[in-house]
Amino acid sequence: MSGQAETRAAPVQVSASGPVKEARRRSWWGKHGRTTTVWSLRVAALLAFLVLWQLAGNVVANPMFVSSPVAVWEQLWAWVTDGTLSTHTWITIQEVALGYVIGVLTGALAGFALASVRLIYDVFEPFMMALYSIPKVALAPLFIVWFGIGIDMKVILAAVSVFFLVFLNTAAGVRDVDRGLIDAVRLMGGSTRDIALKVVLPASMSGLMTGLKVSIPYALIGAVIGELVASNRGLGYLINDAAAQFNTAGVFAAVVVLTALAMVLNAVVGAIASRANRWKPLDA
Amino acid sequence: MTAVLEIEHLTKEFQRGDVATVALRDFSLTIEQGTFVTVLGRSGCGKSTMLNLLSGLSKPTNGRVLHRGSPHTGPTPGIGYLTQSDTLMPWRTVQRNVEMPMEIAGRPKPERQAAAAELIATVGLADFADSYPRELSGGMRRRASLARMLANGAETILMDEPFGALDAQLRSELQRELLRLWTATGHTIVFVTHDVEEALLLGDRVVVLGPLGAILLDQEIDLPRPRDPDETKIHPRFVELHATLVRALKEGARR
Repeated sequence: MSGQAETRAAPVQVSASGPVKEARRRSWWGKHGRTTTVWSLRVAALLAFLVLWQLAGNVVANPMFVSSPVAVWEQLWAWVTDGTLSTHTWITIQEVALGYVIGVLTGALAGFALASVRLIYDVFEPFMMALYSIPKVALAPLFIVWFGIGIDMKVILAAVSVFFLVFLNTAAGVRDVDRGLIDAVRLMGGSTRDIALKVVLPASMSGLMTGLKVSIPYALIGAVIGELVASNRGLGYLINDAAAQFNTAGVFAAVVVLTALAMVLNAVVGAIASRANRWKPLDA
Repeated sequence: MTAVLEIEHLTKEFQRGDVATVALRDFSLTIEQGTFVTVLGRSGCGKSTMLNLLSGLSKPTNGRVLHRGSPHTGPTPGIGYLTQSDTLMPWRTVQRNVEMPMEIAGRPKPERQAAAAELIATVGLADFADSYPRELSGGMRRRASLARMLANGAETILMDEPFGALDAQLRSELQRELLRLWTATGHTIVFVTHDVEEALLLGDRVVVLGPLGAILLDQEIDLPRPRDPDETKIHPRFVELHATLVRALKEGARR
């Protein structure tokens, strides 16, 4: 450490060559122009789709099959006013959110722990792949036997679907860590703990984030399949019930709510991911 | 003078299937305290393997390395190693990268922040302390790596072709800066290069390596210090030594 002090005793500046940073004020349009364009076009595309859908009702033989945006809107409004929507949506939200969180936590922990120890990973990898390959829908009847037809079974179905995706992506992230970075920490005198916390954990973040993103639909699928198979509550039940009465507007209305739910989840995970990936190149 | 690093009959093989690739065979060398030793050799002569063994990152197949008299078992903060490739943490800014060795050593936050800022200024990156490595040019990343290595506070420094990928001006600036740091601190430096001029400009002693780390020549460099890169290159003794080294390298190739 004495050498350290001397090192800093006489700092001589090496001339900085390379890019320089300068302040540049941008106009409102320069900052937001692209975003505005993209959003306007998105809204336009959505409107065009809705108009075409509405018109399709006049063309096809039986308008009942395709329904129409107006009918879906009326159905939605009816459900909102009589409280049907909030009850069923709340049930599904609980299932999806709980299932997602449980699946993510267990998947990330298992991925990090298993992939950190080479031997354990080599032993368990084929088993994990085998379990991952099982269609989770096939497990639904079994889960009904085990956990009944309440909310638990849907939460677990969602969690199992999410678990494997998060596990595999996190494990891949951990195993992809640059050997050179680990060596760099070893050279600094870092312990195994330093390596795990300061290199492997941040390096596996992008894998984990991929897992978080790709598993969102699977949380929804798990919960809704569970509701379709056996339930008297939730959006899946609402879909089943509406379809049984040939109420296509009702099916579409429930699907719209599911879509909205998925988008909210996407936005939340996207915000987390962009926070975790700040160091990534600017235009990626 | 005391020996900082003693390398005794070092052999390194990489086993793959039924074939072993021998990178280094029966290599011995002693590095004295406070000297600047440059190791000169063509690509693939085991220079990087040797540094990996000296740093403790890899273990020799045979032989041993003594660091200050005791055989060394793994990397220690007492030996700094600037590797050929960049190993800055991509998710940390330059500032936090340079702080990292001090963080691991457990130094208090305000102290390491100040020390890191000073080191970053030393290598001329003060304006880029908040940038991430990917936003920097190759040369800037090299300088950041240098700052991080210095933050280790190691008194023995290993450098593996650290300036290889830089432009000539920047390289000679950093060479000058390295010599200045070395003169000010009295560190021991082992500097690996394939560039004859660089080896001569920097070293007290040039060790020329042939295939499998065979020592072709171990030459004291008696050029006067301080050495200015531009003036030293036209010194008659420099020209003479240059010819000697090149001859040794050529002989090595013929073996």
